[in-house]
Amino acid sequence: MLQDKDRIFTNLYGHHDWKLAGAKSRGDWDNTKAILDLGPEGIVDVMKKSSLRGRGGAGFPTGLKWSFMPKQSDGRPSYLVVNADEGEPGTCKDRDMMRHDPHKLVEGCLIAGFAMRAVAAYIYIRGEFIQEAKHLQFAIDEAYAAGLIGKNACGSGFDFDVFVHRGAGAYICGEETALIQSLEGKKGQPRLKPPFPANVGVWGCPTTVNNVESIAVAPTILRRGAEWFTSLGRPNNTGTKVFCISGHVNNPCNVEEEMGVPLKELIERHAGGVRGGWDNLLAIIPGGSSVPLLPKSICDTVLMDFDSLREVKSGLGTAAVIVMDKSTDIVRAIARLSKFYKHESCGQCTPCREGTGWMWRVMERLVEGKAEPREIDMLLEVTYQIEGHTICALGDAAAWPIQGLIRHFRPEIERRIEARRSVAVPAMAAE
Amino acid sequence: MPTLKIDGIEVTVEPGTTVLQACEIAGKEIPRFCYHERLSIAGNCRMCLVEQEKAPKPIASCAMPAADGMVIKTDTPLVKKAREGVMEFLLINHPLDCPICDQGGECDLQDQAMGYGRGGSRYQENKRAVTEKEMGPLVATSMTRCIHCTRCIRFVTEVAGVAELGATGRGEDMEVTTYLGAALSSEISANVIDLCPVGALTSKPYAFTARPWELRKAESVDVMDALGSNIRIDYRGREVMRVLPRLNEAVNEEWLSDKGRFSCDGLSKRRLDKPYVRKNGKLQAATWPEAFAAIAAKVQGLNGGEIAAIAGDLACAEGMTALKDLMSGLGSANIDCRQDGAKLPAGSRAGYVFNSGVAGIDQADAILLIGTDPRKEAPVLNARIRKRLLKGGLRIAAIGPKVDLTYPVEWLGNDATAVAGICNGAHAFAEVLKSAKNPMLILGQGALARLDGAAVYSAAKAIADNCGLVKDGWNGFNVLHTAAGRVAGLDLGLVPGQGGLDVAGIQSAAQSGQVKFVYLLQADELDTSKFGSAFVVYQGSHGDAGAHRADVILPAAAYTEKDATWVNTEGRVQLARRAVAPPGDAREDWSIIRALSEALGKKLPYDSLGQLRRRMLELAPHFAAVDRLTPAAWNVATAPGTIDGSWGFVYAVTDHYRTNPIARASGTMAECAEVARTGSVKAPEKMLVATNG
Repeated sequence: MLQDKDRIFTNLYGHHDWKLAGAKSRGDWDNTKAILDLGPEGIVDVMKKSSLRGRGGAGFPTGLKWSFMPKQSDGRPSYLVVNADEGEPGTCKDRDMMRHDPHKLVEGCLIAGFAMRAVAAYIYIRGEFIQEAKHLQFAIDEAYAAGLIGKNACGSGFDFDVFVHRGAGAYICGEETALIQSLEGKKGQPRLKPPFPANVGVWGCPTTVNNVESIAVAPTILRRGAEWFTSLGRPNNTGTKVFCISGHVNNPCNVEEEMGVPLKELIERHAGGVRGGWDNLLAIIPGGSSVPLLPKSICDTVLMDFDSLREVKSGLGTAAVIVMDKSTDIVRAIARLSKFYKHESCGQCTPCREGTGWMWRVMERLVEGKAEPREIDMLLEVTYQIEGHTICALGDAAAWPIQGLIRHFRPEIERRIEARRSVAVPAMAAE
Repeated sequence: MPTLKIDGIEVTVEPGTTVLQACEIAGKEIPRFCYHERLSIAGNCRMCLVEQEKAPKPIASCAMPAADGMVIKTDTPLVKKAREGVMEFLLINHPLDCPICDQGGECDLQDQAMGYGRGGSRYQENKRAVTEKEMGPLVATSMTRCIHCTRCIRFVTEVAGVAELGATGRGEDMEVTTYLGAALSSEISANVIDLCPVGALTSKPYAFTARPWELRKAESVDVMDALGSNIRIDYRGREVMRVLPRLNEAVNEEWLSDKGRFSCDGLSKRRLDKPYVRKNGKLQAATWPEAFAAIAAKVQGLNGGEIAAIAGDLACAEGMTALKDLMSGLGSANIDCRQDGAKLPAGSRAGYVFNSGVAGIDQADAILLIGTDPRKEAPVLNARIRKRLLKGGLRIAAIGPKVDLTYPVEWLGNDATAVAGICNGAHAFAEVLKSAKNPMLILGQGALARLDGAAVYSAAKAIADNCGLVKDGWNGFNVLHTAAGRVAGLDLGLVPGQGGLDVAGIQSAAQSGQVKFVYLLQADELDTSKFGSAFVVYQGSHGDAGAHRADVILPAAAYTEKDATWVNTEGRVQLARRAVAPPGDAREDWSIIRALSEALGKKLPYDSLGQLRRRMLELAPHFAAVDRLTPAAWNVATAPGTIDGSWGFVYAVTDHYRTNPIARASGTMAECAEVARTGSVKAPEKMLVATNG
């Protein structure tokens, strides 16, 4: 269990002052110049050593990502873009960080921006986050006034601006290239890669897009050292992580825990346990709506980190733990997710545009058992036809929950088809 | 240069080549819908997925740059499955209404479904339906068929340069639409019909008239402007059904102006199909011998100075050759092909052609437009300038009234004396031209068809000399013509001979009674009320301005109805093939004049097209170089004059859709002109009713 002294987000619940004075009292902005004095290479080096993996879902090593940025400008400026378009169902960590601890993010922007030789950071914040955008802007204004960012930030001689840009409520704009498009004022649709943002990003300039949490934890890692960070968690899955626990638990919450914490412990200790006890558990989606669900049998033992969850064919994603007890209509729950992905598909590329609607319609029928048993395999095949064939990962995200459902709850789907057949034969004939 | 292996075949390609292009070089066919070599890469249809060794997922070959050492496989089960999958997705919401779809028989989706799709669909849900969109008089829409390849959006935005087409909605609700249902304001908008890989955007005028397999095809040349776009005429029986562009990288790439494509319905309207002779002030139908006799009776006894001839915009080289020979036979030097009165010299070819060639625009790094609105005068050429501008490193300035050319231009004001200012170096743009590697000026007919046109011409020529527009391997002095027949006319010397009169001279002499007989060959774009009491013979295809004034009308074939030679504004000689027969008694221009010459007792020495063309080569030997561009020697003589600064330039083409008798007879062009005039398509009532329930 994570000890209080190892917590990064010490005001996650908003019990203390979120403004500059409060943040400073918690150690933020403490001699930031000394960190900047490490130089870009030094900072990237520490980040690489810390093995921090991106907290937005894909888990790409953050230090490595920063190192892709050009060391020498070819005339174009470089930008840091912070992905605060937190839209993954079940996820609400970035929201609390920005609401209660915005200075962690602002300081992180300066340090990350410095490390990648960027001239400015753009924080693309989800449009629905009104209070959060206000707090963030307030914190930025405070930091400007205190000389922490802007010209000669923290007395380092480095000029750095931070801007907040509010999105307009499209899930797809949380995809990094769609976010860039949207930031440029265009229709939020993912771009083709290559070229990758580190070469051609926002306004055609080298850009790195990072999740809020990845950026916000950077100052603490640099203050306390890579060794401290790697001492937490497991190799390649280091540090702490904010988990968002929702659903059928007694106490839904955000909680910072060590990576690799057992799922059961996470829920029992921090969320007050599953409603009606652990044995009442049906399934858990461990990493936000995009990852395949896990049945109770796996939940009993699985550890919460990138590699452990990957081994059980799911993923850590954004670490949004959605708990479903036995009262859940599991097919209906996944059908609802399919509707979400159908609604949020940008419509650009064929498999996702056409496939998400198809999957949703079949799922709706499966909820009531209005299908042939062979359609389960057909649906599974459709998910494979989408997965890996699209421009961005939304197609994968739409396919995985269904794959998880069929993998673990196929008998339930078959039972419904059978049940409907046995009672509704005349109606079927009339169709 | 990257070398990669495609299905075991090693190919080396230029840097910047995509995997898809590399596959084509290796002889592997890659199906695609969204990819188009002249548009930006969208990578959204996912049809072109191929397998790359060591890549975790299939890659979109259209968007992936070919890299050294890549191993690509296009014939594996994975690729086959990916294609089948994409094909199935494309078809689930496609209506499969091929039997009633105009694209049937020439549909990419149909073809590729046959080639790469599964036999059947597993989709049992309801299909999507999309409300109709209104895109003006040219493009018929059936958006339920749309597969969202976005080719049309990219064409309109990138090539046509009017950001009027876009997509609204998300996911399967994404719809391609114009802004507020307005018509496209581009002069080349109908190319989206060719680009659309399905039947979502089809030709409105051609709708439900023919199937592609019923049509016969003739390769021809567009005469609606002087660019000479290569076209294919699709005809059935005696009727031209539609006109499509043909690929010619040097001229029109694969685009065609809307006017060139859709004025063809004018070919069956207001046609002159028999000779007419004016009797007691009224035109009466006659036979050929009667018409010739009426002309012969008039010409009898006139001396050469009393006879004049004017060749119009749509006169082909063959007809003009015959006319010139007839006039010299009659002893007249009063002949002119510049019916708009443009002060162009006929002597030196470099003085009146687009010397750098249309393809030369791709190399230009500074362009000065003088009195020309290329968007209206040659829309496809304008798109080429835009394409060049988008590549960067081009400065472009214009002298003339401000118009929207679809790209930003430095407007130097509408002051004709600015031309003189640049030529004597007083104007700042002179330096831009001087320091450019491939500077270019484009001189429009609007700058020349004015009283001081010769002075403007002389100043423009001086710019070419003073600012280094003409150098080794580069001639940036370009005249942009508006008439398809003009360069051929100048090549053949249809200009006043010794002591002869030009168009203005002919008209004033006709009004004073000096000229008693005027022969109009396809000449309609002039003030026909200014021929006094002269006896006017009009030879042409349409009952337009010239025919109204005529005393004798000789019905002639239109451009689709004859084998003819056209010379475009670059001086490129191109052959057009006859598609259909002329209506009624109408005949080809040259054969009418040949027959008339006999009636006048001045028989021309050719009885066949071959013989005529031999004579044409005597007049203009370079006509032998068909389709090739031969650089003309730069030895243009001009007489300096004074430019009258009190008048600004007026562009030669103001009413783009009604520039010639064929376009004026076309109902489609009338609709286009109406849309252009009112600024938008009239409210699509059908749609309003539908949405209001």
